[in-house]
Amino acid sequence: MIIQSVKDLEKIKEEYRLKLNLPETIKVNIGMASCGIAAGAKDSFETAKLAFLDDKNIDICQTGCIGYCEVEPLVEILSKGRPRMMFKHVTKDKIVDIITAYTNNDFSDKKILKLILGQVKDPRSLLEDDMDNPQEKIDPLEGIPFLEETPFFKGQVKIALRNCGYVDPDSIEEYFGKQGYQAFLTALKETKPQEIITTVKESGLRGRGGGGFPAGIKWATCARHEGERSIICNADEGDPGAYMDRSILEGDPHSVIEGMLIAGLAIGSSLGFMYVRNEYPLAVKRLVNAIKQATAYGLLGENIAGSDFSFKIKISTGAGAFVCGESTALMASLEGKVGRPKAKYVHTVEKGFRDQPTNLNNVETYANVPAILLKGAPWYAGFGTDNSKGTKAFSLVGKVKNTGLLEVPMGIPLRDIVFNMGQGVPGKKKFKAVQTGGPSGGCIPESLMDTPVDYQQLASVGSIMGSGGMIVMDENTCMVDVARYFLDFLKEESCGQCNPCREGIKQSLDILTGICEGNGKQGDIELLEELGSMIQKFSLCGLGTSAPNPVLTTIKYFREEYESHIIDKKCRAGVCRNLFIYEIDETACTGCGLCAKKCPQDAITGTKKEPHILEQDKCIKCGICYDACKFDAIVIK
Amino acid sequence: MGEVSTQNNGDEEIDYLELDQMIEKEFDGNKENLIMILQAIQRRYNYLPKATLLYVSEKLDLPYSKIYEVSTFYSTFSLEPRGKNIVSICLGTACHVRGGERVKEQIEKTLDIKDGETTPDKRYTLESVRCIGCCSLGPVIKINEDMHGRIKPDQIETVLNQYE
Repeated sequence: MIIQSVKDLEKIKEEYRLKLNLPETIKVNIGMASCGIAAGAKDSFETAKLAFLDDKNIDICQTGCIGYCEVEPLVEILSKGRPRMMFKHVTKDKIVDIITAYTNNDFSDKKILKLILGQVKDPRSLLEDDMDNPQEKIDPLEGIPFLEETPFFKGQVKIALRNCGYVDPDSIEEYFGKQGYQAFLTALKETKPQEIITTVKESGLRGRGGGGFPAGIKWATCARHEGERSIICNADEGDPGAYMDRSILEGDPHSVIEGMLIAGLAIGSSLGFMYVRNEYPLAVKRLVNAIKQATAYGLLGENIAGSDFSFKIKISTGAGAFVCGESTALMASLEGKVGRPKAKYVHTVEKGFRDQPTNLNNVETYANVPAILLKGAPWYAGFGTDNSKGTKAFSLVGKVKNTGLLEVPMGIPLRDIVFNMGQGVPGKKKFKAVQTGGPSGGCIPESLMDTPVDYQQLASVGSIMGSGGMIVMDENTCMVDVARYFLDFLKEESCGQCNPCREGIKQSLDILTGICEGNGKQGDIELLEELGSMIQKFSLCGLGTSAPNPVLTTIKYFREEYESHIIDKKCRAGVCRNLFIYEIDETACTGCGLCAKKCPQDAITGTKKEPHILEQDKCIKCGICYDACKFDAIVIK
Repeated sequence: MGEVSTQNNGDEEIDYLELDQMIEKEFDGNKENLIMILQAIQRRYNYLPKATLLYVSEKLDLPYSKIYEVSTFYSTFSLEPRGKNIVSICLGTACHVRGGERVKEQIEKTLDIKDGETTPDKRYTLESVRCIGCCSLGPVIKINEDMHGRIKPDQIETVLNQYE
């Protein structure tokens, strides 16, 4: 079927709205993004499919990632007239029992009760306020919290991630059921390109890939330049610790395609390109399928919906080069060349891919666009702060209790994200810092945790918003080692064209490695600062100019850690091996013998129920005993 | 990576007909698709045999130096034959702060190879990667297509042994 109008869309939309919200069967949604699959979701899916093969009343479905990665595999079960419930840790050995319990409406078994995450109060996305809440008239289950009120979900506002976890990414019809392609078709029929650009401008949407350049201004400038314009989606999410874009592509690929279509329409381009990281095979697979489906409905291709607008999308995959996330390098890579950035004397909106005007935004930016068009610029601008409008997705990872993907309004304090949604550091460990912005970002200490997430505010403390990776570090993370880690990463990834970046990073890394190995000298810190400021000022592209950020912020906020490495030759975090030893605290050791059993070097000896002894000569500081001890009797000295 | 002259070509029999069809049909003989052509060759042969690169150079009318430049610039390409099982250790930030480095050392010790090397019996190749995007499960290793999350150094041997 070829869709010609919004009216055509309405019919499919209503049908799938019902299927998604008020299914006659028992609908089991299993979160099947990469991380869910890694946690065992695929096994659960197959087990459930097989177990209920003949049961027409039970419908086993896949969805994307709902974000709460810590407790995956996540499974949601719903049925018309029944509470809609979310379950955690649903591995293959548990899925059948859970579905059976839901079918029988009997959650008395303690084992099942433990796996309930919550019941859904309102499954509507922010775009569905024309629809009644399907859960409203259903009596909630007593004693089971509402999902939206549990710490991880409370305070989240999902715009870019609006459909992730709620629709089958392989079904365009389910996307239609969530207002999909309505913004694009309405714009195609009723809105002038200039008006679309004005809406995007007024919404205040800024590029979500890291730079934060206002999207509307970029679109307007690109549209002004004559030539064969291209629309590129940067899906080369290279920042380690960031996976927002992967989740969007794997969970809701059509939202990105629709965003690109709208950009094509507004800017006047019929060429779309997606540059996806090689490490994301599932995202590519789902995108290929999504493009095929959109083409079959006539939403991609020639003369879309009977208009004179044509648009095609080609997918290219990267080959493992971080620098290709930089726009000019990405365009070179799309042309089949090595990804070396160019100096931006002439902007890519004027002369970019194939030397023609090019508009490049990232995945999350495009995913926001359909929502902005549907609900209007003032609605979107109503979220956030003066200079950072809307919401931002973050991946909260590292030493934090609730790891996962979340989306919050701009302007909320970092503290809320890490300590409320993330629930802080696990165990009794002390929080040390949160790293934002990937290798171009910085480490923010406890004292600055009230900083709001906002482009300017994060820059004012020496970090950046970046693409949205947020890595929590605790007392066992060595800040000098973190700086060394990022520079080691950047040394590998520097394309090597310009001296300040290539040599500056290498020299800084040598100094940091020296400090970590116990060969630090007086003056090293000052030299690192001097080198850092040189690299910032004179590098050619963003990779270089931001490369010293991790070093400079760790020096700024954790100078005493550098000094204790250099002067006292001590790494209190227990990371730099030449600078600490493990010891057994005799008063805490119960003599359980677990450490001795696990030690690969047989360095720990002792009699049962007596404090054990660790022989320093044999110890290789692998840390296995430290991790294994339940009584905190292994200490870092 | 070795020099051009010493590049190992293994004992690979190259199917030129297949290569021809792939370049022409799947990738329209288009220079812009070079990276994806190389990826397809690597999927087929598990590495980039020199003969195929020379052939691509001729087919796309691109100097061999350009092909060599691209195949050495991007980290996923290998000019040497790789092992039967590709062990990828994630060294993204989240895995790093959760002890990824120690997992890597344990793999290197167990297999007696360094990052980027292949065991003499060609059973394993160890490659470090920067973030697979499964940060919540860190530290993560990926063997072929299987992901192993929350892995500890003392589990390495058992996991590796699952792969013949």
